[in-house]
Amino acid sequence: MFSTAKKLRDIGVLGLNERNADLIMRLNPRRLYPGVDDKALTKDLAVKAGMAVPDLYGVIEHQGEVRDFANMVAEKDSFVVKPARGSGGDGILVVTGRSDRKRDSFRLSSGMLISEGEIQHHISNIVGGQYSLSGNRDKALIEYCVHFDPTFAEVSYQGVPDIRVIVYRGYPAMAMVRLPTRASDGKANLHQGAVGAGVDMSTGETLHGVLDDALVEEHPDTGVLVKGLKIPQWDFILESSARGYEVTGLGYLGVDMVIDAERGPLILEMNARPGLNIQIANCTGLTNRVDRIEEIFDASASPADRAAIARREFAA
Amino acid sequence: MTQRYVYVLAALLTILGLSVFFYKWQVLGFPVTEDLETPVWTIESSVSFESGPGSIKVNLQVPALTPGFRRLNENSVSRGYGFSTNLGGGGREAQWAIRRADGEQTIYYRISVYEDDSIDESDTTPPFPPTPNINEPMRTAVDVLVGDVRDHSADTASFTTELLRRMNDRSPDPNVELLLSGANSSADFVDVVTTMLASARIPARMVHGFPLAGRQRSATFVTWLEVHDGDRWLYFNPVTGEQSLPDRFLVWWRGNEPLIKVEGGSNVQVDFAIQENHLDAVAIAETQAAQLGTSAVNFSLYSLPIQTQAVYSVLLMIPIGALIMVIMRNMVGIDAFGTFMPVLIALAFRETKLLWGLILFTLLVTLGLTIRFLLDRLRLLLVPRLSAVLIVVVILMLLISMTSHRLGMEMGLSVALFPMVIIAMTIERMSVVWEERGATDAIRAGLGSLAVAVAAYTFMGMAWLEHLIFTFPELLLVILAFVLLAGRYTGYRLTELTRFKELAKN
Repeated sequence: MFSTAKKLRDIGVLGLNERNADLIMRLNPRRLYPGVDDKALTKDLAVKAGMAVPDLYGVIEHQGEVRDFANMVAEKDSFVVKPARGSGGDGILVVTGRSDRKRDSFRLSSGMLISEGEIQHHISNIVGGQYSLSGNRDKALIEYCVHFDPTFAEVSYQGVPDIRVIVYRGYPAMAMVRLPTRASDGKANLHQGAVGAGVDMSTGETLHGVLDDALVEEHPDTGVLVKGLKIPQWDFILESSARGYEVTGLGYLGVDMVIDAERGPLILEMNARPGLNIQIANCTGLTNRVDRIEEIFDASASPADRAAIARREFAA
Repeated sequence: MTQRYVYVLAALLTILGLSVFFYKWQVLGFPVTEDLETPVWTIESSVSFESGPGSIKVNLQVPALTPGFRRLNENSVSRGYGFSTNLGGGGREAQWAIRRADGEQTIYYRISVYEDDSIDESDTTPPFPPTPNINEPMRTAVDVLVGDVRDHSADTASFTTELLRRMNDRSPDPNVELLLSGANSSADFVDVVTTMLASARIPARMVHGFPLAGRQRSATFVTWLEVHDGDRWLYFNPVTGEQSLPDRFLVWWRGNEPLIKVEGGSNVQVDFAIQENHLDAVAIAETQAAQLGTSAVNFSLYSLPIQTQAVYSVLLMIPIGALIMVIMRNMVGIDAFGTFMPVLIALAFRETKLLWGLILFTLLVTLGLTIRFLLDRLRLLLVPRLSAVLIVVVILMLLISMTSHRLGMEMGLSVALFPMVIIAMTIERMSVVWEERGATDAIRAGLGSLAVAVAAYTFMGMAWLEHLIFTFPELLLVILAFVLLAGRYTGYRLTELTRFKELAKN
């Protein structure tokens, strides 16, 4: 037991307690949380900073507005419904199209059909606060559904694969690609059963995958090798995520991006408490990289500089 | 920096908590273990006499220095009499006085003592006694005897033993016979002995007391001999000459003063009754603290009304539950619903007992979840839905109670003790997790909550721990210190060792 702990310590694996006490409490002051906890606000901030985000179709803040939902998406065939204050991907509904026969019947990313009433109920739940972090009232966002880049088509089962970059004091420290599986119900969340693949920071190529805390080489549903995929526009992704530091002010930040087939990398959301599974996916600990960033930290470096440093320092 | 503040604060809290604890434990004698009962003897003396025409003054010797015993309390019951205690020649005297009294009078004096080995003979070394004035022919007999005994002894102790041996000889020598000619009681005998010791310039005095054993309706004094060897007081059995003290010998008074003096009364009779009780050690410690004049006792929970005490004996265990919670969540890393939900469940387990608690909790949550899933189809808004779940939980509790009552399983009735709001929230949270993350996660967190609840229950149910915290609430500061330290614990959680085991392999 102690030997395992020592080994993990040697590799520099960051534990939950250490993350909470040493990183989050020190670098993420509570007053900055609303900027990331409320995805509507994050979107605002990101747009102001000139970053690309999925278009917002509408926000539903009150129970009375739920019936406006049909109008908001009248022109759209695909869209995403998500709680503004949700956590861990809970409460996100990805609608990829409409039923051929009935306009008010929608097809989810899983292929299931869902009625307009059911979506409205889901929105009511979101507004009522079922998915919000604190259980308080919430807003439902209805936004552009990303048509993801074909790079990851073969290693995703439905849903939208995304890229998570951990940014420490503005420097991208570690990254992974999150690939939805059948078990994760199309969601790109590791604890829901998605596959995470580490990324070589210098090249943007994927490394091993991790599924439920264990290493995997292939996607469990498609059987395609997870390793060796080249993430397009890697430079841009690193720079955007580095910019997340300026946007949010958070010193320990998780930036989630998706690559849209037409619009390129978009910021999906940012997270003040990014998880630690990324370490397993990258087969290395965060502590070493955090320490290295502390050594070379330069407050005046631009996001592009920091992204370049990350590429240089953190090759796999 | 923060780290250092936390360490300092935790250290201060620990020192404060532990020092108050040790003070109460070691100095005031609060018991660290439960049902520690100390035997307490209550000696009641009743003085009865017939009052004369004038004013009455009664002087009774009462215990002053009592080696081996500590005084718990004393009181006097005497209608209309003024009462006071004064230090007198033989020790302490209780004095009652009244201007006028009619007929037969009875005065009670009661004292309670308990054993305490730390109480020693504490009076000062006495001066060498003056050579007593003895008339001839006694004088010669004393001189001869003392000279003879001195030749046959080495020190004070052996002198006394030798003297007592000779005085108790069945065929005494003529000198002894002469000296003892006027001694009719053992007190007279000891009186003669002290005179002889005084002639040898050895400080000695008579001791009157009771060997305390069980219950005695009319106890009689035992007279003992106390001799000072220049260093400390030695006790001698005046009959056998053995250097010893009877078991549990309570010294009532010393010297040859009479036990009682009554002015203005006649037909004086004094009776002693001894009663043995067992008193809670806590009560004794508190009385003692009060005598020492410390304020520790003012903050004791035992001074609260009994009902409030009962409430606090439960409430004080909640920090223990919280401590277990901290350990299980932050050090072991078990998933559980709600921050303090397991502690509240553990509180309910205290009433239902573990097995029934587990059965009832599982039953309640399972049924609640089933109904919650049915409710889900109705697409209710959040707050009404939560309220509906709460109402369903109450109804389920009622049904479980009634069913188990009809089946004759009375334990089922205790389901009512579960915190229903907490259960309703748990059901809601569990159903959301179930939908969002699947049954595995939901059941795992559910079992985690139960595991933490069982662990908390185990510790919160420890009678000795409950007693310890209740008697020494300052230990909460130590728990607080530990929790503060845990708040800065940045090591791995136990479950993380498995979680990251892939990383440890390489």
